[in-house]
Amino acid sequence: MTQIDYSQKIPNNVDLGSDKRLQRALERWQPDYINWWRDMGPTNFNENEIYLRTAISVERDGWAHFEHVKMPDYRWGIFLTPHETEPKIGFGDHEGEDAWQQVPGEYRNWLRRLIVTQADTEPASVEQQRLLGLTAPSLYDMRNLFQVNVEEGRHLWAMVYVLHRHFGKDGREEADELLQRRSGNADHPRILTTFNEPCEDWLSFFCFTMFTDRDGKYQLLSLAESGFDPLARSCRFMLTEEAHHMFVGQTGVARVIRRTCEVMNEFPDADPREHGAIPLDLIQRYIYFWASSSLDLFGAEVSSNSANFFAAGIKGRAYEGKYEEHGAMDQFYEFERYQDGRLTKEAVPLRNAMNEVLRDGYVDENIKGIEYWNRECEKTGVDFRFAYPNRRFSRTIGEYAGSHFDPEGTPIDEATWKANVAQWLPSAEDKAYVKSLMQPVTERGKYAGWIAPPKRGINSQADDYEYVKL
Amino acid sequence: MPVACSPTRQSFQTHPDHYRHWQLSTNGDVATLAMSVDPEGGLNPGYDLKLNSYDLGVDIELSDAILRLRFEHPEVRAVVLTGSLDRVFCAGANIVMLRSSAHAFKVNFCKYTNETRLGIEEASDSGRLRFLAALNGTASGGGYELALACDRILLVDDRNSAVSFPEVPLLGVLPGTGGLTRITDKRKLRRDHCDVFSTVAEGIKGKRAVAWNLVDAIAPLSRWDELTAQHAKELAQEITPREGPGVQLPPIAATEEEGPNGLRLAYKYVSVDFDEKTRTAELCITAPDTCPTDEAGAVAEAGAWWALDAFRELDDAILNLRMNFRDIALVLMRAKGSPETVRTTDALLATSDHWFLRETRGLIKRVLKRVDLSAKSFYAVADEGTNFVGTFLELLLAADRSYVLDDPDSPVQMGSSQANAGMFPMSNGLTRLETRFYGSPESVAPILAQETSFDAETADELGLATAAPDDIDWDDELRLAIEERTSFSPDALTGMEANLRFPGPETMETKIFGRLSAWQNWIFQRPNAVGEKGALTCYGTPSRHEFNVERT
Repeated sequence: MTQIDYSQKIPNNVDLGSDKRLQRALERWQPDYINWWRDMGPTNFNENEIYLRTAISVERDGWAHFEHVKMPDYRWGIFLTPHETEPKIGFGDHEGEDAWQQVPGEYRNWLRRLIVTQADTEPASVEQQRLLGLTAPSLYDMRNLFQVNVEEGRHLWAMVYVLHRHFGKDGREEADELLQRRSGNADHPRILTTFNEPCEDWLSFFCFTMFTDRDGKYQLLSLAESGFDPLARSCRFMLTEEAHHMFVGQTGVARVIRRTCEVMNEFPDADPREHGAIPLDLIQRYIYFWASSSLDLFGAEVSSNSANFFAAGIKGRAYEGKYEEHGAMDQFYEFERYQDGRLTKEAVPLRNAMNEVLRDGYVDENIKGIEYWNRECEKTGVDFRFAYPNRRFSRTIGEYAGSHFDPEGTPIDEATWKANVAQWLPSAEDKAYVKSLMQPVTERGKYAGWIAPPKRGINSQADDYEYVKL
Repeated sequence: MPVACSPTRQSFQTHPDHYRHWQLSTNGDVATLAMSVDPEGGLNPGYDLKLNSYDLGVDIELSDAILRLRFEHPEVRAVVLTGSLDRVFCAGANIVMLRSSAHAFKVNFCKYTNETRLGIEEASDSGRLRFLAALNGTASGGGYELALACDRILLVDDRNSAVSFPEVPLLGVLPGTGGLTRITDKRKLRRDHCDVFSTVAEGIKGKRAVAWNLVDAIAPLSRWDELTAQHAKELAQEITPREGPGVQLPPIAATEEEGPNGLRLAYKYVSVDFDEKTRTAELCITAPDTCPTDEAGAVAEAGAWWALDAFRELDDAILNLRMNFRDIALVLMRAKGSPETVRTTDALLATSDHWFLRETRGLIKRVLKRVDLSAKSFYAVADEGTNFVGTFLELLLAADRSYVLDDPDSPVQMGSSQANAGMFPMSNGLTRLETRFYGSPESVAPILAQETSFDAETADELGLATAAPDDIDWDDELRLAIEERTSFSPDALTGMEANLRFPGPETMETKIFGRLSAWQNWIFQRPNAVGEKGALTCYGTPSRHEFNVERT
């Protein structure tokens, strides 16, 4: 039997080569993972060479190594962001104590659940997006899609590493199940509902990477604060990659808007549809849909779990270091309760409102992203402003689920909702129109008629660079 | 601070038209009872019944639904207990409700829910209904305990849904609604598996849940409806079909009247007179002068048949005493009316195979058990007009003491019937006569051999009187016995009575009330659960529990 060079096959900074237990576990899991990728990864492109970024070390330039590679040969590495000083637990009841290098028995089950829930979203999104390669509007976009996909795959690896390394037999079983659940499968669906909806078109994909992946970013930010050090360091490294996903969403939607504005200026009296562009109000409906369904991912406004996790020191706030005080005891969060058709302010203990605190940062960031899109309209002189929905709009989880609100958050009755929903959320017609545009463009340097080219190439490559060798 | 109970009295009566938390539907011989708890439908403000968590109000509806299925739907042979939420079957008793309730309320709540679950098992044991727990999502704590009361448990296999007991690891209390008893004594899990299961908050799912016998089968989502229907059908076939029509249960209500010493609750056959000053209640059940003499007559009277009506009233009165009149220490029980009526009815109940009569018998059995399990002292008082005969004699036997007036001028009527020979076993599996004479089994036969009513002197000789004072001593003896009793510690009395009422063998039922509930009630008082830093107090709040680590 030949010796496997782990640092080549699985780039890592966790000394994989000398950890027998972990090797054994990963060796068994790795073939299953590759099989999963072949079955459930991007359809039809496993034999093509893609211009991908691979993380090969935690050094400054190590996380962005570019080369053409077939996706199943992608080197899914395991990296933990290194520490400069001895890590301490930064919040909750254990604040100031040494961070845990091993799983604390008391919190083992909570941690496992948190890790599994986070991990489950990674392969889920690959599954949701698996058909999009067939209708990519350009090689540039196709490459970005695959980059997102392989990185989601690497994030799964990162979480599976933590499960294998720290959670014994249970961890191995959970890791196996991460490959057994399937997005949208009636019998063994992915854990979170949003991750069981297929991502059917590229406008949805851009919205997904903008809004849903940003939820992922905020979850990672909160786990990056964890007192369980291996988890915190894994998540910190994952965040460097997550930024690209949001870049894809932010610039993707911006390019769709830019193209529509160009068409509107060129043919001011025509419906943009006549010229193959996507009307701005239709884009707004996609934004409302994805923005509101992604808001659900943060969970209920008032939550026992969030208080437990914070108290235990296993899930903090995003950028916990920016807060002056890390106990969050005897403090309150004011949120708007909706009862009997009325909104009233209610103060709840801050620790129980941690989901909402996280959601606040997320909403602020999204609003900035919307402004970026509005500048696309301003630049082209088109009089249209995009809006981010109020967080009460179209929710299925939490305080506002089951009631109706307009996008500004005003309570409305069922009749008003029904009369207006077609203005607010994508209709079957909208979806059919967007779907009709989904024709692949695979010529180097060319773009589909509904989307503008990017401002610059990946890794500063030329406009007609062959990102995907078909 | 915990609130005592709602200022208004808790009612135990409801009707499917008023359910807020359950959807009851029937389809041929299978009924579906879908848990669909209205989060805002809690009995008291201050908590939301999220994730199909329950409070007393939810359980009152469940109890009512099962009772009505038994009487109003004779065609139903199997009941599918399931949930109407996605991914969650039932999250168990509501934590915030438990935390904000006074100790006495918690104890009453747990007792009632335990009785409801035992009622499910009794319906199965008596061959009336089989129950399928169709767990379409996670069943945690009381949710899984409810499933454990069913004949068969089917769990959805969506790689996510589990059965679990998070009480010990998360809340610092016990799965006290029969949970710890049923996994050992009913499902007979290996004890180390029980230990592991009871400490893994997130529970056990899928194949392992089957391997450990936590559930009987798992079913994938795509075949969920099909397999649920198949299991329900199999269970239904174990039950003999019955002839309709069903018997509608009319509402039970007491009028509130001015009694001699305060409030009187007056039902048709039952009355309760309260005396707040002496902390006693006088409970009287009266048999009517006339009654149906054959099966057909009883069936024709249906929901108005006195035997059914009287014991439904007694049930309501006992529940009221427990929950709404908590300061009452002692219940003086009298049975009056026509002994012939009781004897005639007992004979029908003993011999008829008609489902309606068998159901009535089952109901009386459960009501008598409710008396056995009530944390009040009971004295049976046999004075003028007394009719402790047959089924009514069971009430005397259920009491902690019996006082029989030995006065030839005011003759009492006492007597036995088939009802005392095994129709109404206690939770220890024995009849009340066998229990009473546990040390002298030979005393039972002479009582059962009495073909006619007997007087106080004979009652005393047969061992049925704790004391049989004559008319001169009667008032004073009774007064002293009452005053003494009400002066004792209520807690010590509760504990003493719970021990003395159930001599002899243990059953799953006695273990639930005598061991599991007793430990639970102890833990409910301990700082590690309910202190300022107790686990139950802190769960879901910003604060973390701190334990007193002392063990003995």
